Amino acid sequence: MKLKLHVWRQNGPNDKGRLETYEAPDVSPDQSFLEMLDDVNQALAKEGRDIIAFDHDCREGICGMCSQVINGKAHGGQERTTVCQLHMREFNDGDEIYIEPWKAKAFPIIKDLAVDRTGLEKIIQAGGYTSCHTGGVADGNALPIGKEAADYAMDAAECIGCGACVASCPNSSAMLFTSAKVAQLAVLPQGKVEAHRRVMAMTEAAKESDFGNCTNHYECQAACPKGIDVKFIAKLNREYLKALIK
Amino acid sequence: MILDGKCPTGPIETSWDRHRFETKLVNPANKRKFKILCVGTGLAGGAAAASLGELGYQVEAFCYQDSARRAHSIAAQGGINAAKNYPNDGDSIYRLFYDTIKGGDFRAREADVWRLAQVSNNIIDQCVAQGVPFARDYAGYLDNRSFGGAQVSRTFYARGQTGQQLLLGAYSALSRQVKAGTVKLYERREMLDLVVVDGVARGITCRNMVTGEIESYWGDAVILATGGYVNVFYLSTNAMGCSVTAAWKAAKKGAYMANPCYTQIHPTCIPQHGEHQSKLTLMSESLRNDGRCWVPKKVDDCEKAPGDIPEEDRDYYLERKYPSFGNLAPRDIASRAAKEQCDDNRGVGPGKRGVYLDYQSAIERVGEDTIRERYGNLFEMYEKITAENAYQQPMRIYPAPHYSMGGLWVDYNCMSNVPGLFVLGEANFSVHGANRLGASALMQGLADGYFVIPYTIAGYLATVKPGEIKDDHAEFKKSAEDVKAQIDQLLSIDGNKTPSELHRELGKVMWEDVGMARSKESLEHALQRIPEIRDDFWNNLKVVGSNEEYNQELENAGRLADFLEFAEVLAKDALHREESCGGHFRTEHQTEDGEAMRNDEDYCYVAAWEFKGAGVEPELHKEPLKFENVKLAVRSYK
Repeated sequence: MKLKLHVWRQNGPNDKGRLETYEAPDVSPDQSFLEMLDDVNQALAKEGRDIIAFDHDCREGICGMCSQVINGKAHGGQERTTVCQLHMREFNDGDEIYIEPWKAKAFPIIKDLAVDRTGLEKIIQAGGYTSCHTGGVADGNALPIGKEAADYAMDAAECIGCGACVASCPNSSAMLFTSAKVAQLAVLPQGKVEAHRRVMAMTEAAKESDFGNCTNHYECQAACPKGIDVKFIAKLNREYLKALIK
Repeated sequence: MILDGKCPTGPIETSWDRHRFETKLVNPANKRKFKILCVGTGLAGGAAAASLGELGYQVEAFCYQDSARRAHSIAAQGGINAAKNYPNDGDSIYRLFYDTIKGGDFRAREADVWRLAQVSNNIIDQCVAQGVPFARDYAGYLDNRSFGGAQVSRTFYARGQTGQQLLLGAYSALSRQVKAGTVKLYERREMLDLVVVDGVARGITCRNMVTGEIESYWGDAVILATGGYVNVFYLSTNAMGCSVTAAWKAAKKGAYMANPCYTQIHPTCIPQHGEHQSKLTLMSESLRNDGRCWVPKKVDDCEKAPGDIPEEDRDYYLERKYPSFGNLAPRDIASRAAKEQCDDNRGVGPGKRGVYLDYQSAIERVGEDTIRERYGNLFEMYEKITAENAYQQPMRIYPAPHYSMGGLWVDYNCMSNVPGLFVLGEANFSVHGANRLGASALMQGLADGYFVIPYTIAGYLATVKPGEIKDDHAEFKKSAEDVKAQIDQLLSIDGNKTPSELHRELGKVMWEDVGMARSKESLEHALQRIPEIRDDFWNNLKVVGSNEEYNQELENAGRLADFLEFAEVLAKDALHREESCGGHFRTEHQTEDGEAMRNDEDYCYVAAWEFKGAGVEPELHKEPLKFENVKLAVRSYK
């Protein structure tokens, strides 16, 4: 396949940024999207031109490092798929593809397609944990946890922290990300103890890191490569209310 | 030199407890005076940084990713072992110890493995307390599955994302300490040198990957938890950023590299699809619980659709060769068996480098829904990569480089031969011998981080004066200048080959000559080729861009420079070890039916190599291995 790429190039957070056009002349349908970009970069490097910077690492859809908006959709729009798992067989010969970074106030651009997601770290640091000590805990089976609760917690815990939810939200809200952690821990007995404090601290941290609020567009769920459900946002809201009236 | 692992003597059952009691402590009020640097934030590094911060030490943690949560431990799928014996099927600390020693082909230290088995149970409890959503049954109790190399069900799991969930647990503990102010995190930093003053580790030199700034950090102790080195093969299941760099920089400052030839080739990976591939994807070993490996009996059938090959014309080679373990034979054995079938021209798929992993009979036995519940995400991943539906046709799999059992040499305290330098997790060599069993990497990472280093590091710190040498010492300045000089050199060659082109060349040599089967001839060929590629690298490399920016070509070039030195030591180790054991298979040393043949008389030792310079013969130091609790035996899974 032969493709034409329009790629966002921006040299640091203070540069203005622009779309530049590149050819991908010999693309195999079995290649992943990032392998296609690797080839484009190899050709650029051979010519002594600056390569397109993009974050990536595990390339198996779990580390959450890759972060690109492809043709207007975070991760390219294929259901439950990260960019690194998107394969070129989803495209056709002659396609023009627009590739942009996550765009959100809370995610300043480092270079080209790579952004700074420190804001998400701050949310977890505010309370995304149980305050247990290393050692001195009870036996794993001391507290039976119903399969339903365990499965619910696991559904929430699948979040990979990529930030696609933020990038696809008109308000750049990190509510899906925040709610996944709040809900996972709120439903488990070991996390319930601190539930009130946690939800208050995490939502406050999200606000401080310049993430917007949730106004129920649900674009986040559609973009989420792990299929995190917006029901967790409802759970967060309930937890928040409970904490408020306490 | 004969190395001393400083293992406790006496009855093994009480060895760790006695050692803990005998190890010196640091007074709670004094802990905050000590600064500890922790490089790498995977299971080992993340758990260590969190636990040490909680104890009251000042901790600084470093990772090359943009978040500590993204370390490659996150990609582990199948599970984590522990000797809980919840299923009542005969497990015990002794059995986990025995299985791990045997699985490692009798090339690991007994005391280290005993400790690992002993603390395995604490790990599960710890993770549950953190809110890790392990799989549970309807009564609410923890569920177990089986894994290769064991006849009991001792593997705890969280769907097919166990590594992710355990890492997020460690990351949450780490985040809690960041909030508490005991841990300071430095993301997007790559360690490019170990600072050693008068033979003692005193700090590190890093490159800020966003600004290119060269930064110095001092510490009273340095912990490396920087993972493995199988990206030396170019194509592997490791993340793109995994490298030997941190460990190798330490090796260049005097730390010994132990058993580098023990590399694990994982049997169940998705076969390579083409020349432009950047990495290989692993399918969890847990798939072998229900999947059956086979190839056609007849060479002519290899091109046919698998459904058209009748049952009697299929060779379920693992079940045939190893009836008691069957499809759950350990990784080294299952990988070699797959290679044998393909070498015998009975492989399937493109290039005939693949074997089938078939779910047909499992689906008939328990139903598609149950299989979906157990492995749904893995089937989904397989379909994304290959566009094939594994519920309807068998998967095609082939072995790929996955894990390194070898690593920096450490004593029982996880301290290297350089005082003050500790090495944890995959980066050290300690517990897996010549082959790691499935679900044991997660166990080791967390054991080292949560339950070993918090005790053993105190024994060292109790003997040093806190903050004695800081980053104003001349060695820090010299280290930063050396790092900068190498970067300038990489940028100035201005040749015509990119880092990834040269890395592919190295990878091809390593895979062909130092991969699943090695011979004197192939290793000598590799030892001739590696220096040639290294020369090519230093004469024809092209790195675009500058140091003062986010420059991924520069990062790759620096990592490759280290692989090109390290690869030679790996091949030398493989050449010197005239035996087959675990992941190290020398074609000269095999039984009549193609099984690995150990030579306990001459090679029952750890080979620790001291680097003497690129192209210079490294010096071999030996640590003899003693087996007092397990009888050395031929490893049989028949």
